[in-house]
Amino acid sequence: MTGFALVGHQFRYDQKAFWRNPAAVFFTVMFPVVLFLILAVVFSGEEVDVRGGIEATTYYVPAIMSLAIISATMQTLAMTLVIAREDGRLKRGRGTPMPPWVFIAGRVGNSIVVALMMLVLLAAIGALFGADVPWDRLPAILLTLVIGAAAFCCLGIALTAAIPSQDAAAAIVNAMLLPLYFLSGVFIPEDQLPDGVIAFADLFPVRHFFDAFMDAYVPAGASAVSWDNLAIVSLWGVAGLLLAIRFFRWTPRSG
Amino acid sequence: MVESPSLADPVISIKGLRKSYGETEAIRGIDLEVERGEIFAFLGPNGAGKTTTVEILEGYRRRNGGEVTVLGEDPERAGREWRERIGIVLQSGRLDPYLTVRESLDLYAGYFRNPLSTADVIALIGLEGKADERASRLSGGQQRRLDVGMALIGDPELLFLDEPTTGFDPSARRQAWDVIAGLRDLGKTVFLTTHYMDEAQRLADRVTIIAAGQIVARGTPQDLGDRENGETTIRYRSAGQEVAVQTMTPVETLHEITAAALASGEVLEGLEVTRPSLEDVYLELTAEAELPTEGRRLS
Repeated sequence: MTGFALVGHQFRYDQKAFWRNPAAVFFTVMFPVVLFLILAVVFSGEEVDVRGGIEATTYYVPAIMSLAIISATMQTLAMTLVIAREDGRLKRGRGTPMPPWVFIAGRVGNSIVVALMMLVLLAAIGALFGADVPWDRLPAILLTLVIGAAAFCCLGIALTAAIPSQDAAAAIVNAMLLPLYFLSGVFIPEDQLPDGVIAFADLFPVRHFFDAFMDAYVPAGASAVSWDNLAIVSLWGVAGLLLAIRFFRWTPRSG
Repeated sequence: MVESPSLADPVISIKGLRKSYGETEAIRGIDLEVERGEIFAFLGPNGAGKTTTVEILEGYRRRNGGEVTVLGEDPERAGREWRERIGIVLQSGRLDPYLTVRESLDLYAGYFRNPLSTADVIALIGLEGKADERASRLSGGQQRRLDVGMALIGDPELLFLDEPTTGFDPSARRQAWDVIAGLRDLGKTVFLTTHYMDEAQRLADRVTIIAAGQIVARGTPQDLGDRENGETTIRYRSAGQEVAVQTMTPVETLHEITAAALASGEVLEGLEVTRPSLEDVYLELTAEAELPTEGRRLS
């Protein structure tokens, strides 16, 4: 098989393994959906004081989309790659003629497809709660998805270097992401967070990714494409890519 | 065994191999050759340097000195073409728990240019009844056989097996042995590491014993187990004391002991004459190697 055919081959099996993995399906697919439903029901009819006042449900669509896409990319990759590395599965793969980039491309492709699926799913559920899908700004939404998913994939691969064992994977990933979701206004609307909190969250990519989706859903200015936010997310992605190239390892840390 | 060294270059050739981890010398200059089509056992206790050596041959580790050629290439510089020709079973490698036996093999078949058929490999590893079972539902021995199958699927000329049966119960070991012995009939060259003397004896055409990073013995399993050349031990109790006499000339020594006993009227309680078992030969060889350089005595 040529390189690209091989990526497709790898992707097929990564998809099978993903959908059969209950933990991955729960945290990546079920959890964001349930979270959105809870938030939409609890805050139904309330207004959030951003961008001249919007429905809480409209606020939570881009918010939970960002969470779901980060979960499908950064979180899924960091967790599954560390488990595969410590299992010796990455090492076994390196002993075959398969080029290493093919393996990574298969996994990244898997994450991006799941991310796209979550975007569609959350947009559809959001529409049921009155958050209309902004069809005219679809290109901006897809661009945000692709740039964000790519960047968070790079960050997830880079993060594996900081995770010493399978047991530490969930703890490290959640310790990193959960506070950022809170500080970035993903769980609690930003009008209820003190000013300094958002300024602090602006140092990290989660907030900018969320903001870029918000711009596509509820434009703040003339452009639906949030170039400044996407630029910052991309920079984080490039930093992740460089760290991943330098520090990613194929052999188990333990043993 | 076929003796045809002039017809084919050795599949593996190692000269003066050295490897250190920090201050510790794991491999202290070893030489060996593996011929095409043989099952070669690299036998030694844990920590002797078996895995370090095999991982240098597989291209996972870099050496500090010496020459290494595997299928005509230096593993440190070998590329994709070379990997088409080898199969690797790591010492500890788990499988994707969510893929079935068939899927795991199909996935790996896609990595190679001319793979064997998945059905043939499933038959070869004796997992016909488990083809659609997920790896997580297989026993330890079955998982290991699937692991061997994934190394075989590319139809390699040379297969590395690093301690393939460690931790197995006797019946699982026997099934794994049948699979490995079957590789000989396929014409594969097999480089097997093990710390079980009986495994080497059962499977290998030739055995090389490594201890503390040095080779301490080599030969066929028959040569190494040649107990005629070993020391004989004569044991008995005299005045409540255990006595053990080691001798290279058991007939004479025994005659002297029994003659003296007869003369003094002593009954040699528990008199027995034993020759070293294969296990004893192996333990003696490996213990000797660890003594002088470490300057300590292992019990």
